[in-house]
Amino acid sequence: MPLLTITTFLPLVGAFLILLSRGDEESVARSARWIALWTTVITFAVSLLIWIKFDSGTANFQYVEHAPWFGETIGYRLGVDGISMLFVILTTFLMPFCILASWEAIHVRVKEYLVAFLILETLMIGVFCSLDIVLFYLFFEAGLIPMFLIIGVWGGPRRIYATFKFFLYTLLGSLLMLVAILYMINQAGTADIPTLMKYSFSPTAQKWLFLAFFASLAVKVPMWPVHTWLPDAHVEAPTAGSVILAGVLLKMGGYGFLRFSLPMFPDASLYFAPLIFALSVIGVIYTSLVALAQEDMKKLIAYSSVAHMGFVTIGTFTFNQQGLQGAILQMLSHGIVSGALFLCVGVVYDRVHSRLIDVYGGLVNNMPKYAVVFMVFTMGTIGLPGTSGFVGEFLILNGAFQVSTWVAFLAATGVILGAAYSLWLYRRVIFGKLEKENLKGLLDLSPREILIFAPLIVVTLWMGVAPQIFLDVMAVSVDHLLQQHQAAIAATAKLAAAVAH
Amino acid sequence: MTIYHIIVFLPLLASIVAGFGGRIIGDAAAMTVTVAGLVVSALLSLYAFYDVALMGHVQTAQVMTWFSSGALEVKWALRIDQLTAIMLVVVTGVSSLVHIYSIGYMSHDPHRPRFFAYLSLFTFAMLMLVTADNFVQMFFGWEGVGLASYLLIGFWFERPSANAASIKAFLVNRVGDFGFTLGIFAVFLAFGSVQFDTVFAAAPQLVGKSLHFLGMDLDFLTIMTLLLFVGAMGKSAQLLLHTWLPDAMEGPTPVSALIHAATMVTAGVFMLARCSPLFELAPNTLQFVAFLGATTAFFAATVGLVQNDIKRVIAYSTCSQLGYMFFAIGVSAYPAAIFHLFTHAFFKALLFLCAGSVIHAVEGEQDMRNMGGLAGHIKQTYVLMWIGSLALAGVPFFAGYYSKDMIIEAAFGAHSGIGYYAFIMGVAAAVLTAFYSWRLLFMTFHGHFRGDHHVIEHAHESPPVMLVPLYILSLGALFAGYVFHDMMIGEHWQTFWGKSIFVAETHKAMEAAHHIPGWAKALPLVAGVVGIWTAWMMYIRHTGVPAALRRANEGLYQFLLNKWYFDELYDYTLVRPAKWIGRLLWKGGDGKIIDGLGPDGISALVLRASRRIATLQSGYVYHYAFAMLIGVAALVSFYFYLLGR
Repeated sequence: MPLLTITTFLPLVGAFLILLSRGDEESVARSARWIALWTTVITFAVSLLIWIKFDSGTANFQYVEHAPWFGETIGYRLGVDGISMLFVILTTFLMPFCILASWEAIHVRVKEYLVAFLILETLMIGVFCSLDIVLFYLFFEAGLIPMFLIIGVWGGPRRIYATFKFFLYTLLGSLLMLVAILYMINQAGTADIPTLMKYSFSPTAQKWLFLAFFASLAVKVPMWPVHTWLPDAHVEAPTAGSVILAGVLLKMGGYGFLRFSLPMFPDASLYFAPLIFALSVIGVIYTSLVALAQEDMKKLIAYSSVAHMGFVTIGTFTFNQQGLQGAILQMLSHGIVSGALFLCVGVVYDRVHSRLIDVYGGLVNNMPKYAVVFMVFTMGTIGLPGTSGFVGEFLILNGAFQVSTWVAFLAATGVILGAAYSLWLYRRVIFGKLEKENLKGLLDLSPREILIFAPLIVVTLWMGVAPQIFLDVMAVSVDHLLQQHQAAIAATAKLAAAVAH
Repeated sequence: MTIYHIIVFLPLLASIVAGFGGRIIGDAAAMTVTVAGLVVSALLSLYAFYDVALMGHVQTAQVMTWFSSGALEVKWALRIDQLTAIMLVVVTGVSSLVHIYSIGYMSHDPHRPRFFAYLSLFTFAMLMLVTADNFVQMFFGWEGVGLASYLLIGFWFERPSANAASIKAFLVNRVGDFGFTLGIFAVFLAFGSVQFDTVFAAAPQLVGKSLHFLGMDLDFLTIMTLLLFVGAMGKSAQLLLHTWLPDAMEGPTPVSALIHAATMVTAGVFMLARCSPLFELAPNTLQFVAFLGATTAFFAATVGLVQNDIKRVIAYSTCSQLGYMFFAIGVSAYPAAIFHLFTHAFFKALLFLCAGSVIHAVEGEQDMRNMGGLAGHIKQTYVLMWIGSLALAGVPFFAGYYSKDMIIEAAFGAHSGIGYYAFIMGVAAAVLTAFYSWRLLFMTFHGHFRGDHHVIEHAHESPPVMLVPLYILSLGALFAGYVFHDMMIGEHWQTFWGKSIFVAETHKAMEAAHHIPGWAKALPLVAGVVGIWTAWMMYIRHTGVPAALRRANEGLYQFLLNKWYFDELYDYTLVRPAKWIGRLLWKGGDGKIIDGLGPDGISALVLRASRRIATLQSGYVYHYAFAMLIGVAALVSFYFYLLGR
């Protein structure tokens, strides 16, 4: 059974069903919501099958599918390993919450909105399942189109500016990556990712290829200084759009480093690691400080996302087990926690229609359940031990310390600043006296909202207390990646020594 | 499952039931569940103390794997040795008494289930800390108590001052935790493990090795222990990272007694004792610990002299007493430090809860300038507070006499420069301690009532549910020192502590403490008497003296009243600049430079061009699709190029 193809394209089936539904606008919207919800839930269930039957004892790609497309060079190749599989699950896990979060928030063009989301899901899953670099590129870039639409059509007042900024940033990087991909196929004679991972490009070529990929991936992550599209995109995006943006789209950048940069350009990765560290450390401190100054809740969380992803890039380039596993776990954790934080903002935005921190205050008085939920995710984002945020951060910094104490030292200051802006946000929104008239009538979480948050809380704590099940899935693949990397470095060194003689 | 699982996890269970089920089961049930949970836990801890500390059945109870990655393996496990057994008794004992006391103290509060859930959650985190068998689990408990402390300081969430204090506590502790985590990384880098037994066993091999840290080559063990100590400084409110503790008094008084006096703040002392096999090999760190502890003991005592808030006086006293514990560790007198931790828990909890009883009597007033003459109204509290103060001042045969004197004597017995410094600071602080304790007693209970007369008319003794815990604690303040001193710090202290504490052969302070000159032995007692006598002269005999002294030394008075201006210093050098830089980077860095040169600049160009071609609304998506198309076209042509080759 082609499980990956089924998982990838199931959402498209749902989208198709929604397009088929007929009737007056209200009933179409209602049935579209239910179809979308069921589609995403079933997709999640199917994706769990991938995990259940996944063999974490091997670093090989599993569930491999292959069909010729443009001859043998470029093919329809799918497969997952311990690194990509969890991202597939993350994507399918978050989608039902996005649909639920949009249940009442979206009134106009509901049908089109949900179709866009389902198409987006297909493309995102595709990114993590692709074993063909061209197929990957198609999914990777095409995924942005529904995102543009979601922000551009259903977004806030400055949505056009935000979309345009997003577009400009990604365009340049994408084109460079495309050129790099073409060169790679030309050199290696195939677009097959496992083959490319074994192919050794010359050190000089590696550097150029690395930079070309970096141009695209760094924007996606996003790394400082190409991060400024993210706060604007988040602020303008509808809640569910922010969840996907923070939860999955940013992870494509981190995933790209793990899937392409490290294994395919090992020498260049090592060569450019200091650059990555520098940009990441600056990013962590810089964006944490900027987050301190924010007046808009979504912007604050967006800047905190940049800081958290800075940890991810640090971990990725430590080239040790702790750093890499930490980076992957941090991405999973951030996907859930920051997604949940955007949902938290969505809860009050749906009621008050403002994202400004100053508009709120004292919500604990009439929304105690909301206060608890918000607290859990605040602790998650701070990285309190026992929540998912801690393990990833701890592993990353531990890995970094082995490579450079400076990097660990400076990045760890971000942990202090992170607590500062998060607690400060929480205090201003939740604590204090309930004095503002328009807030006094607010109702606590509805059953639908509790249904959204409960699983997210469970996973946040689960990943904090017993994350081993996640780490086990990736351990062998990460180990393999590191071994390949070391072998490649050793080979280059040997070659250089031979030339020198 | 062993009894240790029950001791540790029962409070968590109770906390969850009370916290999430409080609305369903009601206030009374929520209180019953948490109190019962804690009492059971405390009784079992007494048994554990008997079994482990007296019978020597040291053991580790496994729970499950937490996480592992490569060589790093972190487990949830409960390590029970002599050191832990003492902490178990202190933590569950004080916690259960505070739980009971809170039934009375919080009886008018509408959020009682939440309060009790937090208290039990705190206890759980503290128990995880003291039973940790590796650094990371200890860090879990460490930050867990930080969270509980944050929640409890900010318990009255409508007060801006409480919110500010809770955030301050969390952040200052985070600075300490920053050091702690780096210390853990150093441990892992050196030993390839974070598990205590493995690390301690391998520690001697690290002597003489160096670590390249922040561009400098430093002694590995020294930098490692210093980083760990930064964590202890934060949690135990030592100088430089002490500013959060006095502010933490914004929380309800039972919280101050449990967390900010008896248990959580002693976590740093516990950590150093636990890591004695590392610290003993890092003499430079020990010197620093002794220096900072001694300085804190003195500094906090000076500030305590002039504070007017009854709880703040006791808070600074706590800060000061923790300083004693640290300089004891600094001269390798770990048993003395832990023994003082043990006795201090009783009498300091007693003092705080008595203060709570006073505050309860005068309807929430905390300013001692508005008190006075309360002795006749709340006789039992008055007597109990005397007991606590006598224990704190180290008057013979009270608990503090045995532990504090031992520390001061050990400092002298170290016969080192830093030891004598600690000795002098310790004696000086002892004078101040006795003075501010009796200043507190006299201002609160003696003379005439200085507040609103409606208040004094209603002043009443606390209910039995509050008094009984006070009586139990007073037993500790009376006898804990006498009963246990021979066992814990006597000539044969090694027999009791077993392997839980390691002291290097050459560090003889514990032995030497018993053989110091008579004058040095007598000095702490003299100090106490002088302090009490001075307080009596100034606040009973010649009541005009304090005001006259203040007039004569206004500058010094303000300096002390404002706590040596540490808060102001940090505000101007750290807090404000951080906000200011954040704003600058946001508006200037992101806005002007990055966006100005990048997307906004380009978009201005593109917009000018695109206006001529298409309407704005739909442009970008099509542009993008167009770019995609070009990409696909390029791919296809490339494919044909390959075919035709």
